[in-house]
Amino acid sequence: MSTQTLYLIFFGGLFPLMFLGYILGRQKAIAMRSQGIKMHSQPDQYGWFSALYTGLPIIMIGVCGVFLYLFGFRAIPASLLVTASLGVGALSLALLVKSIKASTKARDLVEDLIKGMLIGASLVSVLTTFGILLSIIFEALQFFKMQSFFNFIFGLEWAPDTAFLEGAGRADAHAAEAKFGAVPIFAGTFYITVIAMFVAIPVGLLSAIFMSEYASSKVRAQVKPFLEILAGIPTVVYGFFAALTVAPFVVKVCNFVGLEAQYQNALSSGIVMGIMIIPFISSLSDDVISSVPQSMRNGAYALGMNQAETIRFVVLPFAMPGIIASMLLAVSRALGETMIVVMAAGLRPNLTLNPLEDMTTVTVKIVEALTGDQEFNNPLTLSAFALGLVLFVVTLVINIISVSTIRSFHRKYKVSTL
Amino acid sequence: MPNDKNYFYIPQIKKRNQKATLFKATTLLAIIFSISFLIFFLVDIVRAGYPAFTQTYIQMDVAINEEVVENPYSALKGKNLKIASRAWLRDLPNMIKENPSWMNTTQTLWVLANSEVDQYVKGKESRTHERERAYVDELRAEGKIERKFNTIFMTTGDSKIPENSGIYASIVGTVLTIIVTMVIAFPIGVMTAIYLEEFAPDNRWTQVVEVNINNLAAIPSILFGLLGLAIFINFFGVPRSSPLVGGMTLALMCLPVIIVSSKAALKSVPSSIRQAGFGLGLTKWQIVRDHVLPLAMPGIMTGSIISIAHALGETAPLIIVGMIAFVPDAATSFTDASTVLPAQIFTWAGMPEKAYLERTAAGIMVLLVVLLSLNAVAVYLRRKFERKW
Repeated sequence: MSTQTLYLIFFGGLFPLMFLGYILGRQKAIAMRSQGIKMHSQPDQYGWFSALYTGLPIIMIGVCGVFLYLFGFRAIPASLLVTASLGVGALSLALLVKSIKASTKARDLVEDLIKGMLIGASLVSVLTTFGILLSIIFEALQFFKMQSFFNFIFGLEWAPDTAFLEGAGRADAHAAEAKFGAVPIFAGTFYITVIAMFVAIPVGLLSAIFMSEYASSKVRAQVKPFLEILAGIPTVVYGFFAALTVAPFVVKVCNFVGLEAQYQNALSSGIVMGIMIIPFISSLSDDVISSVPQSMRNGAYALGMNQAETIRFVVLPFAMPGIIASMLLAVSRALGETMIVVMAAGLRPNLTLNPLEDMTTVTVKIVEALTGDQEFNNPLTLSAFALGLVLFVVTLVINIISVSTIRSFHRKYKVSTL
Repeated sequence: MPNDKNYFYIPQIKKRNQKATLFKATTLLAIIFSISFLIFFLVDIVRAGYPAFTQTYIQMDVAINEEVVENPYSALKGKNLKIASRAWLRDLPNMIKENPSWMNTTQTLWVLANSEVDQYVKGKESRTHERERAYVDELRAEGKIERKFNTIFMTTGDSKIPENSGIYASIVGTVLTIIVTMVIAFPIGVMTAIYLEEFAPDNRWTQVVEVNINNLAAIPSILFGLLGLAIFINFFGVPRSSPLVGGMTLALMCLPVIIVSSKAALKSVPSSIRQAGFGLGLTKWQIVRDHVLPLAMPGIMTGSIISIAHALGETAPLIIVGMIAFVPDAATSFTDASTVLPAQIFTWAGMPEKAYLERTAAGIMVLLVVLLSLNAVAVYLRRKFERKW
């Protein structure tokens, strides 16, 4: 039997059984009540009770079966497993309906089960974090068994080509040893992030000031959608734009001035990434600036400051912790941004300060290492996970710092937007 | 001098006010910069993409006989063969099968031009030979060249022949992926939000879960791809490149957005409703199911639609789980190899042929239209069901 028919039988058995449980449980409760017995709960709660507790063993056996199969334990045929789970379900249905008494606390039992399900759902997000962490750490450890950690963090040369040959089973005796020094990659990531911040911070912050301090609510309502559209454009589209329009433009301008620029350069991807981040900074800073108490402004006006001076000398310094936190969040966004740099920044690890040359970033190297058809035992593929680990740790630290800063800021002034 | 009469006159006031105006102008400039960038960007994409919605066809006499069925390339000779599309010729035997009366006649057909000729007709850079250009110009003067609406683009999958490539397969892949994403993320997200907002005691564990959700929202999306690769594909053996694995990966990525927006929606339902329910002797779950959840639904839907829009445009994690495979045919099940629209855009953007460029931009236009309309729906829902308690 194919997997699809098995699933079909499984769910085809599960739902009718549960429905039957609901009907029978409810009927029995109604019948008992009409005999004048005082029941603990309402009839439909007995229905829910027998339906849910019929489904529970079926689903549990099903899930256990799926896990057994995934871990290679296939002694029990799948069709038998499905039959067994449905049989247990039918049995438990019969027992449940039979066991309904006046004192059965159906209502409380249903409540407990539902609460358990809700807790189970909330565990998924925690498990996701651990899943990311474990999967990355596990593979990264494999990588560090092959390559030294010290060389990875401080090495100046990234030349994994021979690792690819080894992976392909063609390790040449005279080929140079593969080098996994990630400093050029970190430098490229950092450099492009800095360029992006040079664009995003001034524009984003000034937009936030305009939106929160100067704009009337009417203007605000009209301008905000534009910024939201800017935030909603997929990054792959920005990447295409960077490669198609911005990069040739940068090259043209550089040729005009007399500089030499490559078509894949750090500057164009940095600029476009900065534009992508503008709405991010502006909306977060907008929230922070809006939460500065009006009394601060009034005090400044009373001392004879005009509006611009109030903003510059009172509002902004006051909101500074929150603004810096929002910028940090934007930095972590930029560090993890993938598509723009994949499409416009280049693949060559290049340790340079010239923004007109191509550079590469952590994310580009992850994508490059994992898009080919490669075995998981070669250091090039595993290096992606080592780079991912670095990215994870750095962004996590930045996030924790900035989120806690923003939170304490909001708690201080009793405004909650984050 | 003004300060003879006005004792409050401050000599620097003019300069200070000038500075203030300048500052305000700078902030306005920042906004104008963002908006004008957006407009420039959209115009640029549309300018690059709209030619892809038409395709050049050439009227030619095609001699049809038994040999053509065997070897369709023999149907056209000389210059005609050079400007016709190989994909069209490859499809010719099928057309003959559909029209048996064509056999051993010479038909005048609208033949699909190849991409280089198409680019030349559209007035773009093209690698066509000088002689072919002259021939095409000649045909154009005779009215034998026409640009028709490009149905191929909407009905086929990816192809190595630019004029035969389309977005249909990737749209099917996107729809399947999003279905998986929503089937997983929506119930789990809403259930988590209900637990955290309605049931959870305010203890250490709940705080850990909340902090964790906030952090999850800020983890770079590519790391979710690593999770999908290491856990779903390598550990659980879910087929690579399938909408199933892509959807599961995206679901985990969407979870935080759905949870946060659902929590906000549940929070906005006033507690008097819950109190009334308790007063009537309802259990917590009954109150949530019958009263709080229906009232919070518009807010939850808005958040979910916005998270769908996010997932639709996401590319990086899907590349990592292999959804940039070359897939000419639309997927028919959740476990088939498939690609998604953003990944298709990425693949085409890297193609050396110029003809792919306009298709990339056209794909972007389709994607943006879908995203903008989703966002519009979300805004509409929010406006329509917004309720002040």
